[in-house]
Amino acid sequence: MLEKMLEFMYFPHDVSTFGPQIDWLFTLIFWITVVTWIAVTITMVVFLVKYRTKPGRKAEYIEGNTRLEVIWTSATAVIMIILALMSRSTWADIKENGPAGQVFYNVTAKQFNWEITYPGPDGKLGTKDDVTIENEMHVPVNQVVRIDLASKDVIHSFFVPNLRLKQDAVPGRVIKVWFEATEIGTYAIPCAELCGFGHSGMQGTLTVESEADFQKWLKDQYANANQ
Amino acid sequence: MSSTAAVAIGGAHPEHHELGFLRTYVFSEDHKMIGRQFLFLALFMMAIGGLMAMLMRLDLAWPDTQFSFLRIFPQSIQNDSAITAATYNSAFTMHATIMIFFVVMPILVGCFGNFLIPLMIGARDMAFPKLNMLSFWVGAVAGVIMLSSFFVPGGPAAAGWTSYAPLSAVPIYTGVDWGQNLWCISIIVLGVSSLMGSINYITTIINMRTKGMYFFRMPLVIWALFITAILLLLALPVLTTALALLLFDRMGGTHFFLPSGGGEPILWQHLFWFFGHPEVYIMILPAMGIASEVIATFSRKPIFGYRSMVYAICAIAGLSWMVWGHHMFQSGMDPELGTSFMLSTMVIAVPSAIKTFNWLGTLYKGDIHYTTAMLNALSFVAMFVIGGLSGIFMACTPVDMYIHDTYFIVAHIHYVLFGGSLFGIFAGVAYWFPKMFGRMMNEKLGKLHFWITFVAFNCTFFPMHILGMGGHMRRIYNPTQYDFLKPLAPINMFISISAFVLGAAQFIFLANIIWSCFKGEKASENPWNANTLEWSAPSPPGHGNWPGAVPAVYRGPYEYSSPESEADYLPQWQVAEHATAAAD
Repeated sequence: MLEKMLEFMYFPHDVSTFGPQIDWLFTLIFWITVVTWIAVTITMVVFLVKYRTKPGRKAEYIEGNTRLEVIWTSATAVIMIILALMSRSTWADIKENGPAGQVFYNVTAKQFNWEITYPGPDGKLGTKDDVTIENEMHVPVNQVVRIDLASKDVIHSFFVPNLRLKQDAVPGRVIKVWFEATEIGTYAIPCAELCGFGHSGMQGTLTVESEADFQKWLKDQYANANQ
Repeated sequence: MSSTAAVAIGGAHPEHHELGFLRTYVFSEDHKMIGRQFLFLALFMMAIGGLMAMLMRLDLAWPDTQFSFLRIFPQSIQNDSAITAATYNSAFTMHATIMIFFVVMPILVGCFGNFLIPLMIGARDMAFPKLNMLSFWVGAVAGVIMLSSFFVPGGPAAAGWTSYAPLSAVPIYTGVDWGQNLWCISIIVLGVSSLMGSINYITTIINMRTKGMYFFRMPLVIWALFITAILLLLALPVLTTALALLLFDRMGGTHFFLPSGGGEPILWQHLFWFFGHPEVYIMILPAMGIASEVIATFSRKPIFGYRSMVYAICAIAGLSWMVWGHHMFQSGMDPELGTSFMLSTMVIAVPSAIKTFNWLGTLYKGDIHYTTAMLNALSFVAMFVIGGLSGIFMACTPVDMYIHDTYFIVAHIHYVLFGGSLFGIFAGVAYWFPKMFGRMMNEKLGKLHFWITFVAFNCTFFPMHILGMGGHMRRIYNPTQYDFLKPLAPINMFISISAFVLGAAQFIFLANIIWSCFKGEKASENPWNANTLEWSAPSPPGHGNWPGAVPAVYRGPYEYSSPESEADYLPQWQVAEHATAAAD
């Protein structure tokens, strides 16, 4: 039901572990706002029709109503604060507490490509045998990928719509990002932050594949790198 | 209370001898003329800012297409008759910059602030008329500097109106050299203009209210302009500082925002949004004030919950200093800090909700007259509700992770700034036109403009929410470069066509202003039977505003349909029938 609705609203198909939590919050806010909007709009339209000027009728002199003010102030405050508290744990799960990583990459943004650095055959990043490939990110399905995100020049933003993931890449900083893709397929990695005249069109591809396919692909890359 | 002194100051202006053309229309010290000057400056800039939007929509509907008519524009806007990636970046940067700094702010604060404050509080002019004149002319110079950037090599700024460093800090990153420098200089100069204006407004409102015009008898639009002026006074120096540092980075070899020399790009964002979020409220509070005046007048009812409206304005202004981080949830700022900004952002929805409910309460059991001003004010409320509600999505940090930097944000900001501020401006112009120009604005043209604008506005901006949900990034000139955006192409086409209608409809507004200025029906002193003080002055008011003594004030501004009066209005300046009415 939720999925159908999101699909109807053009949401890209979610393939991340935290995506459903985000979509759920989106849907919750969607219904809160839609119900509020309908209530406010209907009230307004009813008033506008009912109290349109008519000869011989005078407006009623009403200066306000303290009880109403207290009710709508506290009702709004309670809803908003609950919403903030509900969002807090999802946010912390995604940006602060993430699970232990299984696969580690460096991603360095530059005008106008993503440089993805894979650990070499030694399995460690930051050693000589690392392999760097532009714009092609391969990950094994159902494994926690941890990325150290950096930028060489301006601010870029690492955006994977299907993962509901977005994180700015800021020069001078290394920002930790994680995700776990749950479905095999290829997905776009556009840059979401204006980064110059080549911003439009800056995109990489995320290929989520089975562990076996991934290992095979990685071996091919090692072989290519040694040529 | 210094109200007696205020009358003395206000009355200190001697009888004026006839001023020459230059002193009357160009270097005028009269707050009303300065207000009109700001209006016309802003309308001119609006045409240019609007044109930028049209070019963007043209490109988004037909990316990478040559249109021979584009040849008439300078090379900084088109390249070989097409909008390119680089000129597109300039187009949206200049669109936002012009609309925010040279249209919405000058009209709401410059035009309405200047025109209304002395007339509505009962003063003969601003506290510092010369400073006021200087404020306009410094603003005009800023406008010239901004427009000149279209003609320098490399074209105008292309780093977005937010000018995030390092993109904005190093010329080779955008390919724009002097355009960006001029952008910084122009806004620093404009900041000086705004500072002079805000000092004037604050001083005038505190010191020059007429006898009986206590703070809690001030119309809400004056409250809104008062609080806005305080926000301007405190927020603009932060922007000026940031811009100066940016200029040093660009031209002086410093590294405030450049990590290569130990600088911090995110510092720019903190400074910019520390100004930028109060700025958002600078652009909406006066429009809220206008809507309150218009809705009370044409519902023939007191504004519902006057005091809570005032407190809501103050609460919004106070909270506006604590929410800037919500623009930076995905910036790499500490996520814990994000959580606290989420909470403060959710809380700022409360005073906005209070205002909305009070507007609805004002309509309840009213006697609603559908003038052009009223239609625009009602549409302000309806659109502001949508803009406010869509803000909740991005206040929620996890949801923001997905919709940040997408068209969802573009939709939101336009519901607030166009649906909100601009409809507020349309309402204000229609409402005070008789006072400004001494003639009524044409209602038929006004309503035609309203309905086309209202429909086209929603057709343009509502579908942008859907683009955003589809993951459509902002600030990309060619969505067809992305496979996942291809299903959204028909929506983009629909938006562009609606945007062209929306743009064209604004000519009706312009034509109406020009036609009504010369051919409109002559306006009486108080054509709307309104209560506030400006309607006691002649239309248009002469130098010094009131030919005789400045009227004193005996009651609050919204005594419509009061049981104390036969008529359905009881002006603030009308001497009370009962002696007790004079006491607050």
